[in-house]
Amino acid sequence: MAYHVSTSPHVRDAKTTRQLMTDVLIALLPAAAAGAVWFGLHALLLEIVCVAAAVGFEYLFQKGMKREVTAFDGSAAVTGLLLAMNLPSQFPVWKALLGVAFAILVVKQLYGGLGQNFMNPALGGRVFLSISFAGSMTNFSLAGGSLAAAKISETVSSATPLALAEEGVISLKDVFLGTTLGVIGETSALLLILGGVYLLVRKVIQIHIPLAYLGSFLIMMIIFSPNHFDVQYLAGQLFGGGLMLGAFFMATDYVTSPITEKGKILFGVLLGVLTAIFRLYGSSAEGVSYAIIIGNLLVPLIEKVTRPVAFGREGKKHGKKE
Amino acid sequence: MKLATFRGGIHPEEGKELSRHRPIVDFVPESETLVYPLSQHIGAPAVPTVKVKDHVKAGQCIGAAQGFVSANVLSSVSGTVKAITPHLTASGSMVQSIVITNDFLYEKVEDFGRERDWTAMSREEKLDSIKAAGIVGMGGAAFPTHVKLSPKDPDAIDTVIVNGAECEPYLTSDERVMLEEPEKVIGGLQIILSLFPNAKGVIGIESNKPEAIKKMTELSDGVPNISVCPLKTKYPQGGERTLIYAVTGRKINYQMLPADVGCIVDNIDTVVSIYQAVARGIPLLRRIVTVTGDAIASPVNFRVPTGVLYKDLVEKAGGFCREPAKILSGGPMMGQALFSLEIPVTKNSSALTCLSKDEAAEKKVSPCIRCGRCASVCPGHILPNLAVRYAERGDLEMFEKADGLECCECGCCSYICPAGRPLTQIMKQARKDTLAFKRQKGGK
Repeated sequence: MAYHVSTSPHVRDAKTTRQLMTDVLIALLPAAAAGAVWFGLHALLLEIVCVAAAVGFEYLFQKGMKREVTAFDGSAAVTGLLLAMNLPSQFPVWKALLGVAFAILVVKQLYGGLGQNFMNPALGGRVFLSISFAGSMTNFSLAGGSLAAAKISETVSSATPLALAEEGVISLKDVFLGTTLGVIGETSALLLILGGVYLLVRKVIQIHIPLAYLGSFLIMMIIFSPNHFDVQYLAGQLFGGGLMLGAFFMATDYVTSPITEKGKILFGVLLGVLTAIFRLYGSSAEGVSYAIIIGNLLVPLIEKVTRPVAFGREGKKHGKKE
Repeated sequence: MKLATFRGGIHPEEGKELSRHRPIVDFVPESETLVYPLSQHIGAPAVPTVKVKDHVKAGQCIGAAQGFVSANVLSSVSGTVKAITPHLTASGSMVQSIVITNDFLYEKVEDFGRERDWTAMSREEKLDSIKAAGIVGMGGAAFPTHVKLSPKDPDAIDTVIVNGAECEPYLTSDERVMLEEPEKVIGGLQIILSLFPNAKGVIGIESNKPEAIKKMTELSDGVPNISVCPLKTKYPQGGERTLIYAVTGRKINYQMLPADVGCIVDNIDTVVSIYQAVARGIPLLRRIVTVTGDAIASPVNFRVPTGVLYKDLVEKAGGFCREPAKILSGGPMMGQALFSLEIPVTKNSSALTCLSKDEAAEKKVSPCIRCGRCASVCPGHILPNLAVRYAERGDLEMFEKADGLECCECGCCSYICPAGRPLTQIMKQARKDTLAFKRQKGGK
């Protein structure tokens, strides 16, 4: 009989990287499904194509580079789905494929693959597309037969919630349920929060980043927006646009966020401040995306200033006279 | 009531139900051969005081402590010295050992079992009898107890902690002792306290042992200066640093000793051995070993004479009911994996854990995703992922700057890592290399 020999410890927690990624996918599913139902078949197609392409590109790259294939660990699928959820519902498929290729090949694989990228790949892909195809990325027109088209044609405006919030005519119910205009996945704050709560309950993410992000954003808006305490306006800002998707799913990306709790809080506050600035004073629609990407780039510095003091490092000896 | 604890730690499957309700059984050796490694403690190996073919009695010193940090080795049976030869030990290395052929007469040394009034003994007499009895820390580290009990300034010690946390999964020996011989724990603690005039005694027990807490609390209620401190059930609650912090709020780093913060920490079995040696004249010849794991037919707590081979323990515990994939001297978090059962029980053999599954081998290793779980469970408040990154690059200087040396090798980071990375293993190796390098540099 031969017994295994290795150094301690000899037991392992059951949780694996793949399970964590699967949980993120599950958490995204309600909002992704709602997007497909609301915006119609093309939205669903984009979601499926992006997920498949993300996994496929990663697989081909790893095969081509003769590396171990880890394309099925779920992380590529998460990137693909997140990117799709960041696209308008009528976005052309070929452009979406370009975005996925940029996210997976340039942002993730060229920097060394899983765990090595310094920027959230899905956000990298989104910003790449925003810069390359500004027109398509801000075209929120609707497919003919979709639920959204049927409902929204009756309403006054077809502007995005954030634009409506500026005008003060936003319907909070619509923003919450997702029955408004916007990109595929960021319309329903309710379902995104639900997904976020799922991640918190499953201990996939910690509360620090979302809380610090949303909290600091809110405080910034109260102080610096001309509307100050206008609840309707603040709620529109909080629940409209990409904030919930960003706060729960993008900013909490392990690879591109700080490790310690202190670092996470600092990171969250930074994102909140940046997002508020971009929304209040910027003209681009990608306030959340740019805030998170800039935050990603600052993570190494945040890590440096938030490194914990090792236990007992204070080194005081008890009962000894100086 | 809020339980005392520390920041970090993990909750591995306890596995204690297998053996916790099994009363301690006296193990009577049936095989002839017993093996006594001359180095079963931290410090200099003992020097043989017997020759081949000599007759020895139970309780006789067969290896004498050499130098200050060292411990006597005693024969647990009577018989004849068969050989003095290197023998395989749990650490995986060959250690010079005395092999004795048991004559099954259990003839004892003259003073064996002579009861004494320890309150009338001087400090030196007490320490001498502890040293003569060959007592070492039986929680695992095997540091000679008489040395530990002789700090530079005994008056500066204000807390003596008895470690009844038993946070290591599967182990139930300390729990059984607290249930079956609690008065010996109290007695041993009183003897230790008599060495430190300014100290109070605290028995730290994890909350998953409510009966032990109850029993020890009942007994300590009548004793001044002794109390029980219930601890949160969390691994590594029984680690020296985490235990001291939970009980006193004081922190020590890897370069400090408990005495530096006014503490002495001794394991349950050690305290009982001190009582046996000082008050009852019985040297350390036996220890409690939990033989357990899902591959063992009937898990059990044995009181085993040192020198008995592990294979005999397995046999007495009903043999294997499943094919074991991994056999551990100790528990699954800190234990040493064995490739052979021809290994003797030593003073620090707390358990023999036989597992049919090797979880460590089954979890696939993939890249670090920086999830931060290792950092959140690390009781040393280190960033294991960072220290390991330096270690993997071979950058020992940065490894040290990343507080790699503060690692207590508890294994929490490896346990929790969703990517299955062997963080603890890399940390251990890098610590060893760094410390060796520092010694070399310091020596020149």
